[in-house]
Amino acid sequence: MTLTTSLNDKVALVTGASRGIGAAIADTLGSLGATVIGTATSAAGAEKISARFAEKGIAGAGKVLDVTSAESLAELLQSAKTEFGAPTILVNNAGITKDNLLMRMKDEEWDSVIDTNLSAVYRVTKACLRDMTKARWGRIINISSVVGSMGNAGQSNYAATKAGVAGFARSLAAEVGSRGITVNTVAPGFIDTDMTKVLPEAQREALMSKIPLGRLGAPEEIASVVAFLASDAGGYVTGETIHVNGGMYMA
Amino acid sequence: MSSIEERVKKIVAEQLGVKEEDVKPEASFVEDLGADSLDTVELVMALEEEFETEIPDEEAEKITTVQLAIDYIKENLG
Repeated sequence: MTLTTSLNDKVALVTGASRGIGAAIADTLGSLGATVIGTATSAAGAEKISARFAEKGIAGAGKVLDVTSAESLAELLQSAKTEFGAPTILVNNAGITKDNLLMRMKDEEWDSVIDTNLSAVYRVTKACLRDMTKARWGRIINISSVVGSMGNAGQSNYAATKAGVAGFARSLAAEVGSRGITVNTVAPGFIDTDMTKVLPEAQREALMSKIPLGRLGAPEEIASVVAFLASDAGGYVTGETIHVNGGMYMA
Repeated sequence: MSSIEERVKKIVAEQLGVKEEDVKPEASFVEDLGADSLDTVELVMALEEEFETEIPDEEAEKITTVQLAIDYIKENLG
């Protein structure tokens, strides 16, 4: 047999695609033939995505999206649909951290992480779901984190959202399986991105010592798992959380 | 332009994957036409699109047969 990973004629929406894991996912889906709408929070970020796509010969464009705003989302989907057609592959990747020990955590730190990482998954997924049920085909992939399963001091807000999206995916998978739509979660471990570059050296070393593969993951190594789930090759996987962490946490 | 009855029947047949001749006025979506809960939600959304209207949840719950759907559309678009 051959592994069918072509995404020709598919339109994919990837939130938070200007850098890190989201950028790698957008580029990988694009390289497999999908038309990709990659979102960024700023116009400059969106232009950077468009330029990157053009350079790599990827169809699609960068667009501005504030995932916490229903208005911004409606605008994006309208323009994306007119230009490229309705997305039937959705990668909920956009996310933020606002770390603090719970006893010191401000409501704003809790609320903004919940809104951006969890409520936005609800918002964007709901807005895209109708077109997927009509198409009788869809792929929804949430980017979670190993922290959602193993926990991490100082990240109670972040971990709550990352565990939350996995539960969301399992429930939605049960709801829309009959429409040919799969819903999965990919949980990266310690990946070499801007988000992990800010960690203090001592913490990086401590983390590294717990990774059997002995290195950080590359964003492309998350993107390849997402691409598998998005393609026909991953068509029978649904409601699942796939951990990609070099063995740092084995569920 | 086809009548409201015809348009409703066509949508019901398309959404539920049944033959148009089986879509009788008294037919219940769930009991006679085999709709599940997701089908009924999709059906209401399809009606909303076709007739460019919004059907509130509490009204949508009451639309359980083909005739009730036709009646609702007639009353609210008349």
